[in-house]
Amino acid sequence: MLKSINLSFQYSGSTPIRFPDFTAEQGDQWLILGPSGSGKTTLLHLLGGLLSPTEGNVTLGDFNYATISAARLDKFRGENIGIVFQKAHAVQSLSVMENLLLTQQLGGKSLDKKKIMDLLERLQIAHKANQKPNRLSAGEQQRVAIARAVVNQPRLILADEPTSALDDKNSTEVQNLLKESAEAVKAILLVVTHDNRLTSAFHKQLLLK
Amino acid sequence: MSILHLSWKNILNKPLNLVLNLVLFALGVGLISLLLLVNVQLEDKFEKNFAGIDLVIGAKGSPLQLILSSLYHLDAPTGNMPVSEAKAFLNPKHPIFKSAIPLSLGDSHRGYRIVGTNTGLIDLYEAKFADGKLFEENMEVVVGATVAKNLNIKLGDEFKSSHGLIEDENLVHEDAAPFKVVGILEKTGSVIDQLIVTKTQSIWAVHDEHSHEAEESTEHDHNEAEHDHDHDEAGHEHEHEHDHDEVEHSEDLPLTSYEDKSITSLLVKFKGRNIQALNMARNINENTNFQAATPAIEINRLYTLLGVGEEALKAMALLIIFVSGLSIFISLFSSLRERKYELAVMRTLGARPGFLFQLIIFEGIIISVLGYFCGIALSHGSMVLLADFLEKSYRYDFSAAIFLKEEIYIFGGSLVIGIIAAIIPAFQASKTDIHATLADNKG
Repeated sequence: MLKSINLSFQYSGSTPIRFPDFTAEQGDQWLILGPSGSGKTTLLHLLGGLLSPTEGNVTLGDFNYATISAARLDKFRGENIGIVFQKAHAVQSLSVMENLLLTQQLGGKSLDKKKIMDLLERLQIAHKANQKPNRLSAGEQQRVAIARAVVNQPRLILADEPTSALDDKNSTEVQNLLKESAEAVKAILLVVTHDNRLTSAFHKQLLLK
Repeated sequence: MSILHLSWKNILNKPLNLVLNLVLFALGVGLISLLLLVNVQLEDKFEKNFAGIDLVIGAKGSPLQLILSSLYHLDAPTGNMPVSEAKAFLNPKHPIFKSAIPLSLGDSHRGYRIVGTNTGLIDLYEAKFADGKLFEENMEVVVGATVAKNLNIKLGDEFKSSHGLIEDENLVHEDAAPFKVVGILEKTGSVIDQLIVTKTQSIWAVHDEHSHEAEESTEHDHNEAEHDHDHDEAGHEHEHEHDHDEVEHSEDLPLTSYEDKSITSLLVKFKGRNIQALNMARNINENTNFQAATPAIEINRLYTLLGVGEEALKAMALLIIFVSGLSIFISLFSSLRERKYELAVMRTLGARPGFLFQLIIFEGIIISVLGYFCGIALSHGSMVLLADFLEKSYRYDFSAAIFLKEEIYIFGGSLVIGIIAAIIPAFQASKTDIHATLADNKG
């Protein structure tokens, strides 16, 4: 269960952004909508432990982000949270396979090539496993990003504009793959977007003002 | 996958940067290491060839030239010393001299110098016989190890010497009797390896025959006056036959009995370092037609002269190393800009700041260590070529296969440079602000 209470964040020199309290059960899939500047990405980063709130706190399961050291939080994130960004930003010097092995290693999991191949198979990019990321198309790169987000079987998957750089066909595919992959590992999925192509696919929606 | 492995992959991903950095680093390290290699071996040769000689006495001229020609066999001799005037120095009961080894220089065989001397020279360099025996008769020679090897000389071989110190077929003493090899020395690492050693009388014999023949081939007595100018020994025409006999049949006469002959120089060891000995050099310089040069002083002077060039090269090498450090710094720093998103993403995947710090430091270290090994390969590779050149032009054998402990220090220095060049980029990477970087990219 993911829970945020009384969360606010203040960028220096501007008024604080207050976020509505929010709770998601294991397996829930949420879409977080809002205009530019409404703090969608900020909320996502707060929920992912990439940013510390000015006030309030976030808990994932028994784990309260505010009460643990930065080192524990980094480790916790690697083990329990998968994040998909607008672009994959995979390590350019490593192949797709090596990127995913690195993800397993950083997440403290055992290295499992077969598991990665199965995952790539499901995402239809198994044939690209030994290619460098920059040789892949935008759609393929986002599949790599999804693979990276789910390979460690996290409890929480966060996606920040995962489809906005893609054409309609790829957008639909990536959206479906994201949902299926989250389901497959029974993770909470939170997608932040202003991409209207996604709205119909999510029943649970949170609107930021 | 270790951090080191990831660093390695990152470096390989930028091959052009890698090549540039390696070339610069290797040039710097290579130059320093080459300087050391040459320097150490040169000093080693100079030390070995010193062989405890306190004084070199020869004809007036440049004292450095006298030392170089007589002790190191590098330069041309300064001139001749008539035995009649040098008699005092050749006295075995000299009150100050423990030993004085006479040298007669000026002839060579296929570029290797032939030295007319006595057995003292072989003892001086503590040379042992690999084969054969000491010269006893005139025209018998003992050859140094390098000469034997490079000219493929065996016992019993015969050859004719050439006038002068360079290889020139036109200057061969065709009319003189040939030398015969009776002994081959073991390698000593000193200059005697490059020498062909014979009795002083053999050298005289070659030149006697030579001038004698030369006279016969010209139109007899008419040219007598000219010969006086051309040849030191030609003036004593009438005694020639007589001398000749003497050389052939009474070889054990001391050199002092050949009053009309000349030698090139004397290598002197003192009995002790007393005031008399120390004043000896000045006395000779002031009161005789000869000069006396102290090897230690002249070689120090040479080092000082060479030192300027060496310092300049060293400064240049350090400058190149500094630039290569800067180049590593710049390429790491600019690669951070390209990689800032992937570094931030690695942080979201659970990488600690220390992970990114080590990642970049290792990149600096890998480049500098690779650069170091390229540099060492470069210097030893150049040494192979240089040794060949030095061997050909100076008959000095240098080795490329010598590894110095200084090269370990250079390795340490390389590591330090790699770390220093990487430390600011590494610090920057470890400070990656995940939120700012990844929110910024939203566009």
